[in-house]
Order: sequence, then C-alpha cells, then structure tokens
Amino acid sequence: MSAPAAVRPRADGRPGSEVVVVDDLVVRFGEVEAVAGVSFAVEAGEVYGLLGPNGAGKTTTVRVLTTLLRPTAGRAIVVGADVVREGLTVRRSIGYVPQAISIDGALTAHENLEFYGRVTGVPRRQRRARIAEAIATMGLESFLDRLGRTLSGGMLRRLEIATALLNRPRVLFLDEPTVGLDPTARRLVWERLDALRAEAGTTLLVTTHLMEEAERHCDRLAIMDLGRLVAEGSPAELRQEFSVPSLEDVFTATTGRSLDEGEGGSFRDARASRRLSRRLG
Amino acid sequence: MGWAELRKLRHDNVDILTRSIQPLLWLFIFGTALRRNRALSGGYHDYRAYLAPGVMAQAALFIAIFFGLAVIWERDVGQLQRLLATPLPRLAIVLGKATGAGVRALTQATVLLVVLALTGISLRWSATGVAGALVLLVLGTGGFACLSMILASLVRTRERFMGIGQLVMMPLFFASSALYPLAIMPFWLRAIARVNPLTYEVHGMRELLLGISAGGSLWIDFLVGLLFFTTTALVAARTYPRAIL
Repeated sequence: MSAPAAVRPRADGRPGSEVVVVDDLVVRFGEVEAVAGVSFAVEAGEVYGLLGPNGAGKTTTVRVLTTLLRPTAGRAIVVGADVVREGLTVRRSIGYVPQAISIDGALTAHENLEFYGRVTGVPRRQRRARIAEAIATMGLESFLDRLGRTLSGGMLRRLEIATALLNRPRVLFLDEPTVGLDPTARRLVWERLDALRAEAGTTLLVTTHLMEEAERHCDRLAIMDLGRLVAEGSPAELRQEFSVPSLEDVFTATTGRSLDEGEGGSFRDARASRRLSRRLG
Repeated sequence: MGWAELRKLRHDNVDILTRSIQPLLWLFIFGTALRRNRALSGGYHDYRAYLAPGVMAQAALFIAIFFGLAVIWERDVGQLQRLLATPLPRLAIVLGKATGAGVRALTQATVLLVVLALTGISLRWSATGVAGALVLLVLGTGGFACLSMILASLVRTRERFMGIGQLVMMPLFFASSALYPLAIMPFWLRAIARVNPLTYEVHGMRELLLGISAGGSLWIDFLVGLLFFTTTALVAARTYPRAIL
C-alpha cells in the first residue's frame, strides 16, 4: 500500500476496473522535475485524492491527465485512451475543474452553463435537459440569473462543478475544489459531490492539501511530495501502516517534514492563490 | 464564443459606447481639423469621409490586438485551462475567440455607421457596399485577434503584453492607409504599408463605402484578408495551448 504498486496498463471504464492509469509519469520543466516517476491507478466510481503541499506535483499530474500538458516520459491512460495519442477521446470523457475559478463573471450562471454545454459538445436537443440536471445536482436554482461576478465563493464552485457535469463525464478532475471556501461552503460542495458520486457513479480525482477533507471524502489517497508519490492507500490503511493517528503524521513519517513545510509552489502559484482568494471573497 | 460576446455586450452595453468614443474623436476632431486637406484624402472632397473606413478598421484593430490580454487573463483565472480540456478542437477555440472579437468589432462599426449617417458624412450607402466592408472588417479583426493570441502565448504577464501590444499596434496603424494614402508616403514607409494587412482592409472598405480606389483590385483586398486570417488562425491554433505553460 505505501509503495505504489506497478500498475497494469488497463483502463476501460467498466465498473470495478481502472478508469485512470498513470505509469511512471515524468514531467520536466527545464531543469525542474515537477513529476518524478509517479504511478497509480483509479478504480471506476471511487474518490481518489492526490494529497500534498503546494509544489508537490499534484496539479501538474492532473494537467497531464486532462491533456493540457504532454508528459516528458511515462504514460497515462484515462477511460481507455492514451492522453498523448488520443487526447480528443480523453477530453470527451472527462470533466475538469481547475483550481482557479473559471466561471465567466460577465455572464449569468445560466449563460455559463449554456456556454459550457456548447463547448463540451452536448447535442443541442439534449442541452436543456442536461443543464436542468446539472442545476438540480449542484443546487443552483436560486442564482441562475445572477452574473458570475456577483456570486459567492461557494456558489461559484458549485456552478463550476455543474458546468463540468454537462457532458456526463466518466471521470471528474477537481483541482483543489474547496480551496478558499469557508467551512459551510466547503461542506455544501462536498455534499453535492458525494450525491453526484452516489447517483451517477462518477469517478472523482481530487487534489487537496487539506488533511481533514482527504480523510473524510477520499476512498483512497496518493500522498505526493516534491514530484514523487510517497504513499498510497485508504486513509485507514495509511494510518495503520505507519501506526500514526492522522494523515498529517503519515505525511511527516514518509517525508520527514510537516505538510506546512512544503515548497510553496512558484511565484505564479502564489499570485494565482491570492487572486483566487480575492475572487472567492 | 460569438454568442457569449453578444451576451456580454447585452449585459454591459455601455462598454460599446465608451469604446466608440475614441474613433469618434479621431473622426470628428482629427478629421474635421483636416477636412479640406485634399492631399491627405487622396483628392476626395471630404477628409472625414475618407478617414471613416480607416477609423473603423483602427477601432477594430484596437479590440483585436488587446484580445490577447483576455487570453492572459483567462489563463490566470483558469478559463483557458477549462477550454483546452474540452473536446473543442484547438482551431475551433481560436476561431471562436476571433469570432468574439469580430462580434465586438461589428457592433462598434454599426455604432459608427449610424453616427456617420446621422451627421450626413457622405458615404456611398449601398447594401452590398456596407456588407462587403463589414466582411473585410471581420476578416481583418479575426486575423489581428489571432495575431494577438499568438503574442499572448509567448508572453507571461499582462504588463509585458501591454507593452508588446502597443509596439505592434501603433506601427500597424501608422504604416497603413488608414489615415493617409500610400501615394504621399516616402518609399520605405510605402514598402512597409504594402505588406501590412491593415492597408488592404482599409483600401477595400474605402472602395466599398466611398467608391474610391488607390489602384489594385478589390478581390486582392479580400484575398489578403482571407489569407491573413487563415494563416494567423492556423499558427494560433498551434501556439495557443502554450499559453497555459
């Protein structure tokens, strides 16, 4: 469990099978190795968390899985398709919510849904029904006619997740979905995500640096540090294996540091985090 | 994306009016001051009318060139990443963005045309002439918007882009036939203007709206506009995803 096992290159999306397979993935930016030989697999229908401090390589890994970045080495398969050679097939099967708020503030909530319905290729005849479905799933009824820029942080996140559900993704990638939210908004977002998983069986791959969130909502976790996957398993398995009471202690046991002592990401990461905090109020 | 731009304009229709002020100042202050100058108007009797197509193209150029700023903003707020993770082909995203710029340019051009009609500035008001001029305007705006996206994919910050945007835009504007005919330019400037797509855009619009030509066929103006748009769109489709790095 702690040592990431070699994974079979199978990811066909059948229930119980692996929908995401990452095999010895490496991403380098010049001299910097952002992801250094990471391997893991995500089963259909589970909530899988990538846990680690800023600069651990979580977002870079997700960017490879969503076809935004080409890996330097290794390979990744999402719902049976190679992210490099079959990017379009991958993009048809996934939903992606980046860390920064990607809602267009100059459009209303409903117009944002309409826009993403169009660009994610939802057929015109099904668009209205899909939008209604996403509205109900994420509980957006009360603010559909408000401009994006007037919404609270929690509303924005729920709207954003709703826009990512319109193409009925097999896998939903959520990059720090609750960062910058207050506890109430955070709870509401997770309530909706749990409901989504229960009702639609959507596989969720979530990055987070919040231990409590990872503990409570993820079926399995991969702990990342400095581009490496240092431990993997369910929260209970990880605590048991390292004989420690919390995931924070698991991180310390595997890296020799506390989660707060991470590299902190780049200047751009820090600037983006501040901007995000401002947008979320 | 053209649809989204129309929606945004509906929510913030003051924007199009404020953006129209600058071209109107060019037209009614610069144009009025030099109204009787026949050399600047290539012999045409009213410099304001001669200037009108140039000012419409210039206003659209401003919109298009600073569209790259929107790309950098979209990268910073995550919209770009979202778009690139959708099944839309890269070329469709670039064309969609260019359409958005075209929609804004068309709306602004419509406002200017209404003002021109109300103030009695003598254009040749034919439906095909106006439609043809607007098509040329959209082709040029699309091309410059794609050029702006290419620049945005190479630049990291909005501040840097502002500097580069100015550096590109002002020479494009002044080394073209937007303000004055090529005939009065020195040889070296005329040579630059002849490879500037804005020159062909304005030349074609002037022929369609005023019925005057500085030589060369109208179809060449359309061909240059089409080639410019196609080439920049294809290049932008390749470079645009680099903007997220």
